[in-house]
Amino acid sequence: MEMKKPAIKSIPYEEFKDNETLEALIKEVNKERTNVVVGTLDDLINWGRSNSLWSLTFATSCCGIEFMSVGAARYDFARFGFEVTRNSPRQADLIMVAGTITHKMAPVLKRLYDQMADPKYVVAVGGCAISGGPFKSSYHVLNGVDKIIPVDVYIPGCPPRPEAILYGMMQLQRKVKVEKFFGGVNRKQKKEEQPDTPIIVTNFPQETTDKKEKEQ
Amino acid sequence: MNITFIQPNDFRKQMEQLRREKGMDFLRDIVGMDWGEEGIGAIYMLENSETKENIQVATRTTNREVPVIPTVSDIWKIADIYEREVFDFFGIIFDGHPNLRRLYLRNDWVGYPLRKDYDESEQLNPIRMFSESLENDVTHTLLPDGTIKRNPDTLFEKNEYVINIGPQHPATHGVLRFRLSLEGEVIRKTDVHCGYIHRGVEKMSEKLTYPQILALTDRLDYLSAHQNRHALCMCIEKAMGVEVTERTQYIRTIMDELQRIDSHLLFISCAAMDLGALTTFIYGFRDREKILDIFEEVTGGRLIQNYNVIGGVQADITANFATKVKEFCKYLPSKIKEYNDVFTNNIITRKRMFDVGILSREDAISYGCTGGTGRASGWACDVRKRHPYALYDKVDFKEIIYTKGDSFERFLVRIDEIKESLHIIEQLIDNIPEGDYKVKTKPIIRLPEGSYHAAVEGSRGEFGVFIESRGEKSPYRIKFRPMGLPLVASIGTMLKGCKIADLMTIGATLDYVIPDIDR
Repeated sequence: MEMKKPAIKSIPYEEFKDNETLEALIKEVNKERTNVVVGTLDDLINWGRSNSLWSLTFATSCCGIEFMSVGAARYDFARFGFEVTRNSPRQADLIMVAGTITHKMAPVLKRLYDQMADPKYVVAVGGCAISGGPFKSSYHVLNGVDKIIPVDVYIPGCPPRPEAILYGMMQLQRKVKVEKFFGGVNRKQKKEEQPDTPIIVTNFPQETTDKKEKEQ
Repeated sequence: MNITFIQPNDFRKQMEQLRREKGMDFLRDIVGMDWGEEGIGAIYMLENSETKENIQVATRTTNREVPVIPTVSDIWKIADIYEREVFDFFGIIFDGHPNLRRLYLRNDWVGYPLRKDYDESEQLNPIRMFSESLENDVTHTLLPDGTIKRNPDTLFEKNEYVINIGPQHPATHGVLRFRLSLEGEVIRKTDVHCGYIHRGVEKMSEKLTYPQILALTDRLDYLSAHQNRHALCMCIEKAMGVEVTERTQYIRTIMDELQRIDSHLLFISCAAMDLGALTTFIYGFRDREKILDIFEEVTGGRLIQNYNVIGGVQADITANFATKVKEFCKYLPSKIKEYNDVFTNNIITRKRMFDVGILSREDAISYGCTGGTGRASGWACDVRKRHPYALYDKVDFKEIIYTKGDSFERFLVRIDEIKESLHIIEQLIDNIPEGDYKVKTKPIIRLPEGSYHAAVEGSRGEFGVFIESRGEKSPYRIKFRPMGLPLVASIGTMLKGCKIADLMTIGATLDYVIPDIDR
């Protein structure tokens, strides 16, 4: 059985941009044949998963307000299956990184991501989360969250319009739909895909290192 | 702006005199400065809350290795946190400060970023992917022999029950972190950690030209984007000696007030959501979208508009701007009644807000809590009345002042201010004069040497801009007075003896925006 192109009820397939990425993903998944039973179950589960993505309430700056607008009366992302936001990372499926991530915030974001249960997704909202945005040259700003956590969808803008955020969230739904839930999840980051330059950790406090060694 | 320099050894006495004899009870801001060869020190902006008289004094020392200035944290309560900020950015030791720790940066940060000789290389400060250890949180005190002693932080004792709230917490309105010492449910001590969204705007600005800096001010407090930018434009225009046209003044004033309504609507929504009333959140955002529509049509931006420019505004108002604004002014009062019916007059709201987090008038002034918080405590601190700018001396409006200073009054102040803002807009909208919306200025601006200051009433307090120019195309030092920093500095006083659930109420009604605090 083969995986089909992801269909979303409200917008036709051709209207989306960046279909090539998804098609490449489908190709990769379809390389190995799938059992009909497992494949059908996959479809069913992915249909359910993609229409009930709960995001973590996580916002550091301006984009967070636009994210709130998307959740409120006029735009209302509950229409598309993002029913509620969750305050605990344990209950969230995706993290919308809305806002600048600074040096002080980076370990916190990483920990939040680690605390989330798999399968988990990351959406980088706004210029700051994508590349550092207007604060790229600052001494205290992380230039792109993809340096510390894998990102699934990028939504450019400063801040992005609510429509753009909705569009980005739909792109994520489509990405969820082309995943194999049973085995061989293609989304997971492989070793060779990880960033070339590892995060350099220096100035590690001596006491903390000792403690870690003891624990091990 | 005149600045009086005082020698460090005489400084303490003079400051006490200013406080006692001249009644300078409001410390507007402390601006850390690195004058290069002339020394390193700080400028103190003082104001008398009764007579509105302003004085700027400064002190500096040429010892760059161990710069020492006496503390004033026991004279003005807000100085405690302002001095920590200056220590964080300049490494100035405030002799006698009880708790001199870093405020914004990590406690293992190397160097002091706003010094002119700061080394920005990534080897010194790479992205550290481990949490700050609390053992590293050290306070700095000066020993009699002139060396600095690093003591472990003893704010909380070993047997105290300390919990951590934030930085990822829905009720902290962003990424603020509290450490609370509890006794059962009652809060004994509070420690605020800022800096999770510190973007180093002030340091970045020192390399940008003046028109480029404008883009950053909108992103400080994104809910007073217009006012922030207005303040910076005003400061630069003052320095250049440019007079903006009357049409510009009208547009700026109307936009400022629309922005204030926008911010207060969001305040009502979020305060309600923090207390668990989701309906009001939806109502507030519904009406806020109407303002954003007006913004979008005129400026092209919803949340961040980039509208004010040096010498005027980016583009002229559209033809149906006035009609739309008038429609909105007619629409909103009935909705305010709806909020009151649904939320303000709700028994749960009242029980949770009444007598919770009382801030006395003296504390409000000493902490410099401007904006709605100060006015709820009975301090007439509105910059629009104190130092009128734009058209505020020509329009008729009331300064909303309450007396008790509890959470409920802080909430009421905002509701009443929406009505006053509508009143201001109604007076102006029909009389916008014809004329240019912009005075032509050069793309590269060199301000004459000197220090300049301008302040506006932002959505949640006084927003000030201080520029020190040396005649270059970018400022030598630029400092923004955050509206929210005094609010979080005073939260410890308000929280003492409150229940832990009151933290949400108090935090919600203080209405701080974290990117504005952290800059």
